[in-house]
Parts: sequence; C-alpha cells; structure tokens
Amino acid sequence: MEVSGRSSFKPHIVEEWVGKVYTILCVFVLVVTIAAMVYFVASRGLSTFITNGVSLAGLLSGLKWDPDGDPALFGALPFIFGSFATSLLAAAIAAPLGCCAAVFMTQILPGVGKKFMQPVIELLAGIPSVVFGFVGLSIVVPVLRAVFPGQGIGIAAGAIVLSIMILPTITTIAADALASLPFGLREGSFALGATRWQTIWRIVIPTALPSLLTGVVLGMSRAFGEALAVQMVIGNAPHIPRSLFESASTLTSVITLDMGNTIMGSAHNNALWSLALILLLMTFVFVFVVRMLERRSVR
Amino acid sequence: MKKTLLLIAAIVLAVGLAACGSKTNNSGTTGGSTSTNTQNGGGDSTAGGGSAADSGTKLSGSILAAGSTALQPLAEQVSKEFMAEPDYSGITVQVQGGGSGTGLTQVAGGQVQIGNSDIFAEEKFKDADADQAKALVDHTVAVVAMATVVNKDVTVDNLTKQQLVDIFTGKVTNWKDVGGPDEKITLVNRPSSSGTRATYEKFALGTKSEDIPGSIQEDASGTVKKLVSETKGAIGYLALSYLDDSVKTVKYEGVDPTEDNVITGKYPVWAYEHMYTKGEPAPEVKAFLDYMMSDKIQNGDVVQLGYIPVTKMQVKRDAAGSVSK
Amino acid sequence: MNAKLADRIATAVIYAISGLIVCVLLGLLGYIVIRGIGHISFHFLTAEPETIKAGGGIGPQLFNSVFLLFLTMVITIPIGLGAGIYMSEYAKPGRITDGIRLIVEVLSSFPSIVVGLFGLLVIVNVFGLGFSLLSGALALAVFNLPLMVRLTEQAVRGVPREQKEASLALGLSRWKTIVSVMLPIAMPNIVTGTILAAGRVFGEAAALLFTAGMSSPRLDFTDWNPLSPFSPLNPMRPAETLAVHIWKINSEGLAPDASQIAAGASAVLILMVLLFNLGARWIGRLLYRKFTATK
Repeated sequence: MEVSGRSSFKPHIVEEWVGKVYTILCVFVLVVTIAAMVYFVASRGLSTFITNGVSLAGLLSGLKWDPDGDPALFGALPFIFGSFATSLLAAAIAAPLGCCAAVFMTQILPGVGKKFMQPVIELLAGIPSVVFGFVGLSIVVPVLRAVFPGQGIGIAAGAIVLSIMILPTITTIAADALASLPFGLREGSFALGATRWQTIWRIVIPTALPSLLTGVVLGMSRAFGEALAVQMVIGNAPHIPRSLFESASTLTSVITLDMGNTIMGSAHNNALWSLALILLLMTFVFVFVVRMLERRSVR
Repeated sequence: MKKTLLLIAAIVLAVGLAACGSKTNNSGTTGGSTSTNTQNGGGDSTAGGGSAADSGTKLSGSILAAGSTALQPLAEQVSKEFMAEPDYSGITVQVQGGGSGTGLTQVAGGQVQIGNSDIFAEEKFKDADADQAKALVDHTVAVVAMATVVNKDVTVDNLTKQQLVDIFTGKVTNWKDVGGPDEKITLVNRPSSSGTRATYEKFALGTKSEDIPGSIQEDASGTVKKLVSETKGAIGYLALSYLDDSVKTVKYEGVDPTEDNVITGKYPVWAYEHMYTKGEPAPEVKAFLDYMMSDKIQNGDVVQLGYIPVTKMQVKRDAAGSVSK
Repeated sequence: MNAKLADRIATAVIYAISGLIVCVLLGLLGYIVIRGIGHISFHFLTAEPETIKAGGGIGPQLFNSVFLLFLTMVITIPIGLGAGIYMSEYAKPGRITDGIRLIVEVLSSFPSIVVGLFGLLVIVNVFGLGFSLLSGALALAVFNLPLMVRLTEQAVRGVPREQKEASLALGLSRWKTIVSVMLPIAMPNIVTGTILAAGRVFGEAAALLFTAGMSSPRLDFTDWNPLSPFSPLNPMRPAETLAVHIWKINSEGLAPDASQIAAGASAVLILMVLLFNLGARWIGRLLYRKFTATK
C-alpha cells in the first residue's frame, strides 16, 4: 500500500525496514512489560491459594485478618470494603465539584477558565501523593477530629484527601468533553429561548454524560490505587469500620504497611501479593468500564 | 505575562549554563581522584567477596546492608564514619531500608551482605522457611527499648502488665478503669508484621494484642508519636529515641523506661537490633561489624541516636526470649 | 420568569463552587509553599541530610530526583516515541491494534504500588539490579511509557494530512516522512506533554520505596566517572529521591527539625512541579514558533 515499493532505491527500503522494525520492537516492549507484570504478580498472588491452601472465597469474604495468628486467618473483605468505600466516596465528592468546575470553564467564563483555572488545576495534578498525605495528616485529620466524634482518622479523611487528588482528572476530562460538543448544540437551544442553565442541564450535560462518567471512573480508579496518602490518614485497623470516622484499611494501605516487614515467600507475604493481584484485576475492571462508556459516547 | 516568561527563561538558561560549566570543570579534574576506586568500581552490589582477596594489606569491596527502618539511621551514620576511616577507604558501605522482612529475605537470598532486622530471624522464618534462618549468623549491634506513651491529658503514671494486656486486648476501653480520667482509650498500635509490635507484645504484654475495631495502626514512629500527641486518650509505644515532651511516658510495673533500667534488666521491654550475615562474614563485612562493635561507636553514635550499647548490657536474651545474666 | 430565576441561582451556585475549588487549591498550594519557604535556603538545597542534628539539607535527594527523572526519560522517550509512531502510522485497524491500545490503557492505570512491588520482585530481586537508580528508573518507565505512547500517537495523528501526503508525493519513504516531516510538526505537543508527565514522575514515591531505595550513599560531587561507586552519576547506586525523603523523615525522622525539613522539601517539590508546568508551556510555544515559522 506504500509508494516505496520494489522499484525504489535500496537505502530507501532499508530505511523503511529499520523504521518499521524499530517501532514494532517498541510496541513489543510494552506487551512484554504488561505480560511480565501480570505473570509475576499472579504467580505470587496465586500461591496463597496453591501453597498456603487459603480458599478464594475465604479470602474474599473473610472478616478477620490475622496472618500471624494461630490459625492464620486471611480475610481480606475489610480491605476490599475500605478500598471501595474510600474511592466511591471520593468520587462522590469530586464528581459534582469537577463537573461544576468544567461547566464554569467551558460554558460560563471560558476566558477565565482557560487562562486561570486550567493551569491551577493542572498544577494540582502534579502535587505528589506524599505531600497530600502530609497535608491530610496536618489539616484534614485534626479538623475532622474537632468537628465529628471519633479519631478524625478513617474513611472520611481518606476520601477527602483522595477527592482533592482526583479532582484534576475529573475536571480535565469533563472540560474536554464539554468543549468538544458540536457548536450548534448550544446555539440551537439558545435560539429556542432556553436559558443558559436550561441549556446546560437539559442539553449539554446529558449529551456529554458518558464522557463525564468516563472521567469519574478514571478518577475512581486512581483513588483505588493510591497508596501513601491514604495510608497516612486512614488508620489501618483491619476491620470494617462502624463509622466514617473510625480507623479502617484499604488494599493499598495494608500492602504498604506490611510488605517490607514480611519474608518473601511466607504465607503472610503471599497473602499481600494476593491483595496486589486484586488491585491489578480491579484495574482491568476499571479499564473495561471506561471502554464501555467510551463506546456509548461515540455512538 | 511575557515578562515573567522571559524571566523564567533567563533563569532556566542561567541554571543550565551553570550546570554545564561545572560539569566540564569537574570532568577535567576527575582523572586523579577516581584511580583508587576504579578497580572495584562498577558499583556491582554482588562484588563483595571476590575483590577483597586480591588486596592483601588493605581491605576493599562493597557492602550492601538492607532491612529494618529502625536500625537504618544508626547503620547509615556508622557507615559514613566507617568509610571516612583511612584504613577502610577501599570499602563502600551502602545502607538501605525496606523493613526487617526485606532485609532477611535479601540476605538469605544473597542480594545483600548484611540483613538488618528488629527481631530474631527465627521469629520471621517460620514453618517451611525455618531452614533459611539456620544459614544466617546473628550479630547483635545495639539494643532498643520501647516505652509506653499516652496522650498528655491522661493522668495515669503507671500501668501494670495486666492493665496493659486489658487495654491492648480491648477488655478495658475507658481510662477510668485503670485509674485515669473518664475518657475513651484510643489504641495506636503497629501493624501485625511489625518487629516493634512483636517485641512489645512479647515482653510488655506477654500475649498477642488484638486488632480491636477502632484501633489505629501505623508503622512509622513519627506518625505514631504525632497521633498519640494529638488524639485525646491515645496510648501507644515508641522506641526511647523518639520520646520527647509532646507525649507522656508511662512507667511499666512501677519501673521507668530508662537506659539504666534496661541495662540492669529491670525494664524488660527491649529488643536487640540484629545485623545478619549469610554464613560467616567476608573480611570486609567483618571489619564493618567489628567497627560497629568498637567502643567508639557503641559509646558514641549508638548512644547519641537513642539506642543502648549492646556491650553495656548486663543481661542477655536468646531467640526464645529467655533472659540470662 | 421561573426559568430565569433558576438560571440565576444555578449560575450563582456554579460560580460559588468554582470559586471554592480555586480557593481550596490555592489555599493548599499556599499552605505548602508558605510553610516551607522559610526553610529554603542555598544551604538547605545543597547540604547533606543529617540523621540526628538539626540543619540538614536535601542536596543529594534533589540531585537524585533530577537524575532519576533524566534516566527515566532516557528509557521512555525512544520507546514511547517508537510505539506511538507505530500506533498512529503503521498499525492497521484490527484486533491486534485494539489489543495494544488496551494494553497501553491498562498500563497507564496500574496503581503505582503494584508497579513498585513488581519492580521489587523482578527488577530488584530476579534481575539482581538491587536497590538502585536504574531499578527506580525502570519502574518509573512503566508508568511513563503509556503516557508517552498516547501523547506521541495523538500528536502525530494531529499532523495535517496534506503535509504527509505532499512529502510522500515527493518520493520520500514513509519512515523519512515520519522523521523529517511529521515529527517536527508534532514536536511542540510531544515536548509539552513530556514535560508535564515528567512533573508527575518527579513526585512519585510509592513505586520508588521498593526499587530505588530509601537511602542515599555518600556522594562525591567531584567524581563524575559513572563507574565509581561514589559518583553521583553511577546508575547502580541506591538513591533516595525528594518525595521518598519526605516520606522517610515524616515516618522515622530523628532530626529535631524533621518537620521543618519535610515542609521545606514539600515546598521545593511543589515549586519544581510549578517550574515544570510553566516550562512545558513556554517551551511548547517556543518550539511551535520555531517549527511553524509563525510569529
């Protein structure tokens, strides 16, 4: 399908060939990386079930995590619950805020939005998670402790810190989606006499909804995988908490805490790898959901 | 807008030029200074044993130590001084954190020459892995003692073993039951894999503590201290080196957690800091371990960093926890 | 009337929320920078950290962060560019291409802690690279690669078709067209995106805890031979970056001024990210002018 066929000069063909091989090799590196990751994490994570004889159902539904106890118990449900609770709550806080900011940036004052708000939000995306944890521990936790009963530490603190972390993701994607809507859509609505809010609420947002949701899911997936910031403010008790302000754990927080202290290959260590495997599989689920949403928005 | 951009451009350019300048300058002078290092260069972490043999008089080689974050500050400090000694200038020592488990895994696997650990290898390598512990040689280099600490609003000064057990297993949840104010107890524990927690459970409680709902678990001493000092009614435990006036130290069975009480064996909540080697140490590793045990370090850095010199201890302990004079 | 009222209320609410967000963000940035800026001095930026004494600096950590970023970029840019070009120019629509795109997507959303663990298991232990700058750079490359691929793909795709066709019509090979016609046009976007991505790599800590290590050996800044164990340029030495240093002194810091150092280091980190962002915009604009010859 290319002009540079058989009749061309030889260096031409060599050049073409080198280019193609080089780019294919690069893609190959990507494929190898992901294959290696899935293979190694799975081989470690699955050994909990194979060598240590823990049942999958026991891991997923067990409420008690006591890997050094006698008998050792590997119930990871509190961590799974903690991860979902914090990331869902974070998304619930960040989604309306992010969409609001996106509407402001694209529909109400595009000038200010582009010049001022977007850079600020992009900057926020660059703040390291360690710094977020640090700020969470010095501001969010004391404030929560003063306002609500309890220790201040817990799912609420984690969710607040995470919601600020994922705000840029949601806002940027939402703003892109709103800005790329067909030009005539708004004008048509205005011409029919609709107010700006009616246009935004009834036309703009419903049309862009799948893309907005994509942003929210991507934000959630980032929240789900975040480790250090959450670990610093959530308290890390291996239990399903009785309130939002009580110490809880997530998959990532327990991995960060325990991985360095356990011996590679021990049952405890293998169980942590199983948790990492759950994280890995959840990534696939999130990507799958995003794909479904994108397919809908294309249509 | 434009002006600020220009300014930034100028700064970036200036910094860039400066960097380039200094680089070329330095590369000109490197010739002489590197010659001593080139033969064992390459930074290969596994170079250890081999390169030491060829130089008869002066030891050389590179040592990698990894593991316990509690021992890391001491090991780092000592390694700096060790490498500054003219006798040992041919040896490089690099100290890594990663946690006791990582340290033991890596020394058993041969990736590092020294595995730092807060607890005996026998306690970590259990069941099927127990054989791995036998290949490791223990070098206890310091003693670290833990004190029970509470938030400043707690009026309790002394806690008995039984009271602590009740608190850490969730039987007692209010300070008034152990002679304090009417206030809920908040536990600040360590994660179940932590060596500090294992020590505290073994020697202060004599039993496993429960991960009771609502207890906070942090691995980092700094975070534990911050949380205990800020949360009303909080109780936790810290190594002596982290104690300051932001938290209140509580006596254990009427005994103050002081260095003297630990040395004489009156205060039982302490543990060794271990440096494990796989088999007998290579000459350069041995030199480092000997240096670690020298009076200069034991009475200097060890004390300064808040550890207790292992050479001063009047009591000894084995992996099972039994104490001998 | 009702609709108009609703419009006003809604507009006011959106204004209020947007204002709030900006306030929170600026407050956050301000808090970090103001808390730390008093501690930043030339000494702080260049001195060695102290274990027990006050007055330690972050010199080696700052250098490590920058050098690690550089190493990561050396690994990512060629591979990312190549894969991106493949995706935009060579890949035929079909199952395989879809699969690769999926891989890129999955790779980019892997939690950093999982990447760190993978690094510990494979790069540090199996390949035996140990805790080193190279291990850290490889782990960071795993994050950065998918970003780079997507960026390149979009930028190359954004090149006007006419320019590509004109070049092909002149008899240039496909590869030559890509390298000398399309890449220069796509370059401003690629560079801007790369620098923004670099800002993110700069602050990464979770993956580095397990790969680049948590300590910085004695560095000899007069020794620039990359093979010497004391040389700052030796990629096989362990290295603690700024973000990891903040994590470490927050958790196990014994120095009396640990909290000030953490605050100062956080401020430095934020200011560096700010610099990256402004730099990305400025360089992007500059390159755009240069390659398109517009004023």
